[in-house]
Amino acid sequence: MSRAPFESIVEAHGARVWRVCRALLAHADAEDAWSETFLAALEAYPTLDPARIEGWLVTVAHRRAVDVLRRSSRLVAGEPADRPAPERARDLDLARALAALPQRQREAVVLHHLGGLPFLDVAAQLGTSSDAVRRASSDGVRRLRELLGGADA
Amino acid sequence: MPEHELPLAVPDAPLDALRARLAADAAGAGLLDVAVRTLDTRVGALLLAATERGLVSVTFDGEHPDATLERLARELSPRILRAPARLDAAARALEALVDGRARAFDGPLDLALARGFSREVVERLREIPYGQTRSYAQVAAAAGSPRAVRAVGTACRRNPLPIAIPCHRVVRSDGSLGQYAGGEAAKRLLLAVEAG
Repeated sequence: MSRAPFESIVEAHGARVWRVCRALLAHADAEDAWSETFLAALEAYPTLDPARIEGWLVTVAHRRAVDVLRRSSRLVAGEPADRPAPERARDLDLARALAALPQRQREAVVLHHLGGLPFLDVAAQLGTSSDAVRRASSDGVRRLRELLGGADA
Repeated sequence: MPEHELPLAVPDAPLDALRARLAADAAGAGLLDVAVRTLDTRVGALLLAATERGLVSVTFDGEHPDATLERLARELSPRILRAPARLDAAARALEALVDGRARAFDGPLDLALARGFSREVVERLREIPYGQTRSYAQVAAAAGSPRAVRAVGTACRRNPLPIAIPCHRVVRSDGSLGQYAGGEAAKRLLLAVEAG
């Protein structure tokens, strides 16, 4: 069986992987994580299961983003601070709030809500049950709202 | 819970910049087996593909390249990315030919997609001088198979590198143009450009 041109994988999942990276990282770091994720996929492409590539990409993107967060405690401090557009402020708050979530809650929120993976797929990626993911996601969203001061704009 | 209730707004992906970055990273890591880009020309929207060895494919389906991309994935490698940078020089060289500013393709060619008898025919096509034409029968004779006129026609139609390798210079013995992957109008235009 022949594989689809990798270009079509980028086309289909580029925006999704970006949401995962950019939710956790400043723009430049998100670019690094996005490119590293697709580069790793390109390298592994001959052995990747086409049916699971979406979950693979989202999981790797999340892992890369968390690695960057750990490496540099900068979080989103790489952003220039002198452009306080409202969108930007909210966006920074989101990254900080996500980084402040317990690991399981963050994984569940990022993989499900930003990466668009069904609970079942998230559970498979994290090696846990679908119910556990659903609970972690729901707890994570509640905690996010608290952290963001109940912002509903 | 619907996503719009969540405070999860993320700026849109700068996909063009991300793709360019990925293509450069992949090339640096030796993982970009086939680079592709489109090119608008007077003979239509082309899809160009290149390996590390050179330009490997030119097709006239730049606006709907999916079938060609699938074929390149099958016959060369699925590690295919849009990577305009690697194809800049080839694009300029092709434009120069279409516009009559060059008499031969200037740059490396990879003939990996021309195999067997087709390869033999393609090599003969490269020997037809600029501004001249040959009949299918003449090319068959030059390829050492004078009776294989029909096979020469097929090989010309499947020339993986039209424009760069001048299959448009092969016409019917009766003077009519014959088939062309880019359509008869494109063939006529390329021959008119060469006639000056």
